[in-house]
Amino acid sequence: MTFEEISNKAKSEWEALQKGNYILVGTATCGRAAGALDVVDAFGKELKRRGLEVPIIQVGCMELCYAEPLVTISKPDSLRVVYNNVTPEIVPRLVAGYVAGDDPCLELALGTLEGGDEEAVYIPELPRYERELRLILRRCGYIDPESMNDYIANGGYSGLEKALKISPDEIIVELKKSGLRGRGGAGFPTHRKWEQCRKAKGTPKYVICNADEGDPGAFMDRVVLESDPHQVIEGMTIAGYAVGAEQGYVYVRAEYPLAIERVRIALKQAAEFGFLGDNVMGSGFAFHIEIAAGAGAFVSGEATALVAAMEGRRSEPRIRPPRLAEAGLWNKPTLLNNVKTFAYVPSIIERGAEWFASNGTEGSKGTAVFALAGKVVNSGLAEVPMGTTLRQLVYDIGGGIVKDRQFKAVQIGGPSGGCLPEALLDIPIDYDSLREAGSMMGSGGIIIMDEDNCMVDAARFFLDFSARESCGKCTMCRLGTLQMLHILEDITAGRGKMEDIDLVLALAEDVKAGSLCGLGKTAPNPVLTTLRYFRDEYEAHIQEKFCPAKVCTELIVYYILPDRCDRACEHCVLTCPTEAIKGGKGEVKIIDQEKCSKCGTCLEVCPPEYNAVVKLSPVSSLPSPELPKRRSKK
Amino acid sequence: MVTEEQVDQVIAEILGSYRKDRKNLVPLLQAVQTKLGYLPKEAMKGIASFLEMPEVDVWGVATFYNQFRFVPLGKYHTVVCMGTACHLAGGRLILEALERELDIKVGETAEDGNFSLERVACIGCCMLAPVIIIKDKIHPKITPFKVEEALIPYKHEAQSEKS
Ligand SMILES: Cc1cc2nc3c(=O)[nH]c(=O)nc-3n(C[C@H](O)[C@H](O)[C@H](O)COP(=O)(O)O)c2cc1C
Ligand code: FES
Repeated sequence: MTFEEISNKAKSEWEALQKGNYILVGTATCGRAAGALDVVDAFGKELKRRGLEVPIIQVGCMELCYAEPLVTISKPDSLRVVYNNVTPEIVPRLVAGYVAGDDPCLELALGTLEGGDEEAVYIPELPRYERELRLILRRCGYIDPESMNDYIANGGYSGLEKALKISPDEIIVELKKSGLRGRGGAGFPTHRKWEQCRKAKGTPKYVICNADEGDPGAFMDRVVLESDPHQVIEGMTIAGYAVGAEQGYVYVRAEYPLAIERVRIALKQAAEFGFLGDNVMGSGFAFHIEIAAGAGAFVSGEATALVAAMEGRRSEPRIRPPRLAEAGLWNKPTLLNNVKTFAYVPSIIERGAEWFASNGTEGSKGTAVFALAGKVVNSGLAEVPMGTTLRQLVYDIGGGIVKDRQFKAVQIGGPSGGCLPEALLDIPIDYDSLREAGSMMGSGGIIIMDEDNCMVDAARFFLDFSARESCGKCTMCRLGTLQMLHILEDITAGRGKMEDIDLVLALAEDVKAGSLCGLGKTAPNPVLTTLRYFRDEYEAHIQEKFCPAKVCTELIVYYILPDRCDRACEHCVLTCPTEAIKGGKGEVKIIDQEKCSKCGTCLEVCPPEYNAVVKLSPVSSLPSPELPKRRSKK
Repeated sequence: MVTEEQVDQVIAEILGSYRKDRKNLVPLLQAVQTKLGYLPKEAMKGIASFLEMPEVDVWGVATFYNQFRFVPLGKYHTVVCMGTACHLAGGRLILEALERELDIKVGETAEDGNFSLERVACIGCCMLAPVIIIKDKIHPKITPFKVEEALIPYKHEAQSEKS
């Protein structure tokens, strides 16, 4: 079959599907965690009970992770309705209401689904879509990731078909015109890498897709692979053709079993259609892709360390040059790009460089994909044009801070990104502006913190991560980060001295200078930015032994307000895991500070009508008769 | 606990389907762990002699990666997320609560083989933070107090099987 025939067949099957009712259920990892598979079962049972034949299609992630499980009921001549936080209990109602009947159950709905075909689907009722521009996420949550036909019917593989008809050099020129920069963090111009690899001497050449995504709190690459895997395969195949490689690898972390499974299925289908194999689309070009499962080390995401991991060695970065383009996997020329970088390629080839470059800013073209997590209302993904401000991202798309708390900081760029304060929320998101502010684009993980988060504790946390994940090759990274961590631990425990701040600053410079790879070079970022923007919090910890956010356990105490305590109620006494609360029936409850482990259970269980438990900081602010005799040590 | 014969058998099975190539080291270790739940010493020795590489290099690689474990998992394997979102929502208190309730430290398996505790950096459902997983079941928006509750059914099950 020619590509045109395959495409026509896929399109007519897709149109046939649209002529009937069908149900979409999001079953990516986020959906599953929220119980989506139970919802699928419930639909299956209910449809069977009623003798209805309606396809239930499991799709990927629609970006709205906070609203999972998400269900869309599609009917040919009426509204397509999206329901959020669906439970098995409400499934019979949805089936009776909208699948079998004409009641769209709007009280359970998030909105309606518009768009589709070549363009992204969206929910017009949600204002966030005015800010979004979904290029690589446009099919996510809409097509069946395990169906080749769905992908082709929605524009898939026409980029590859077009690419094979032009020369590799023309492809690279197109990439250059598009201004695409790598989405793995550093923002290296993609066309330059491709060109270097194309020109490099030596065969065979390899193409590697970096799907290691070890950054905690970032899950964009996973979503792309789970929701629209063919897009990445298509991009890699175009890359193989452009640089002259015959073998590709997807290096994906073993912690992503569903992504691995869906890529595996997609690879099998692509080979069956002749879109991978010894003769790709009949062009004579041969290309194969295999999966390599990473074994969970953050540093493996670094390009040279990834190659070491694939060769069966400890995943330690090495000095560059030589670049991977010259001496990569098995010392052969290797092109390595991030999942999202490859995902942009098919559309750029198909729709043209101008189309891509018309979005974004001068130096950063196209869109950026972010994962929003932390204290934000709408946790999930977002794809926005480069140049969108952080404020638009946090408030218009993220929906602001949970429980209307006060925004404090946004941490962008993964564990070694910087923490930026309110005053910088209006900077545009692009590679250069973020770097200027002391942060970085990184992988695209965005963590939002509110007034209940302590910035010193946050810096300590990120440093702890970097110190743990340091591969140990460079002394400054291995021991310097650890030393910085010890100092921060002292500060959060109330043992800090003012000189420590200068010491940490000096160490930070040394760690940056003395580290080979990005891990060590950027590990000090969270400390440096929190010191730059939230220095008062450090000083409060050191000078007043005061944790403003009341997070650092050694600087806080729990206290039961005697005039709020109900006396008759015994919730705290009965639940305290260390039996630290005294007071018989009818008496005011008192916490024995020597025994208290500061787990916060009393605060959690104290009924809201009393609200008698409070956290106090510093410890010395505890009303005097209850002061611990000596400072309790954990 | 896995017996030596079992290890030998699993190793023989797995080695049969791989080529003698250093690049298969990590996949081999992953295959053994998938089968046995951890990497027994004998298995690593078997892999070393199969790939004709020094045992110490196998050990070096195995200990480098976070995925590999060297003690068997408990019957009720418990995973606590220490990723960013979970940390900001109080993950450290959850970890402390689990250590207290299970009376083991993170990374350990209890002597009776019932519970084991492991920390990971992000399970990938940050919108449900903080999260723990007990025997493959996700417990979202957990608190130190709810940790105690969540463990009760498993503790009961372990108790009743003992008697
Ligand atoms: C410690 C460290 C971890 C990294 N982790 C990843 C990762 O998980 N995924 C990724 O694509 N790039 C990661 N990178 C960046 C890669 O080294 C590399 O720049 C990138 O994959 C190149 O792809 P791109 O040109 O498409 O951006 C990491 C870098 C460092 C220093
Ligand atoms: S940080 Fe815990 S699930 Fe992501």
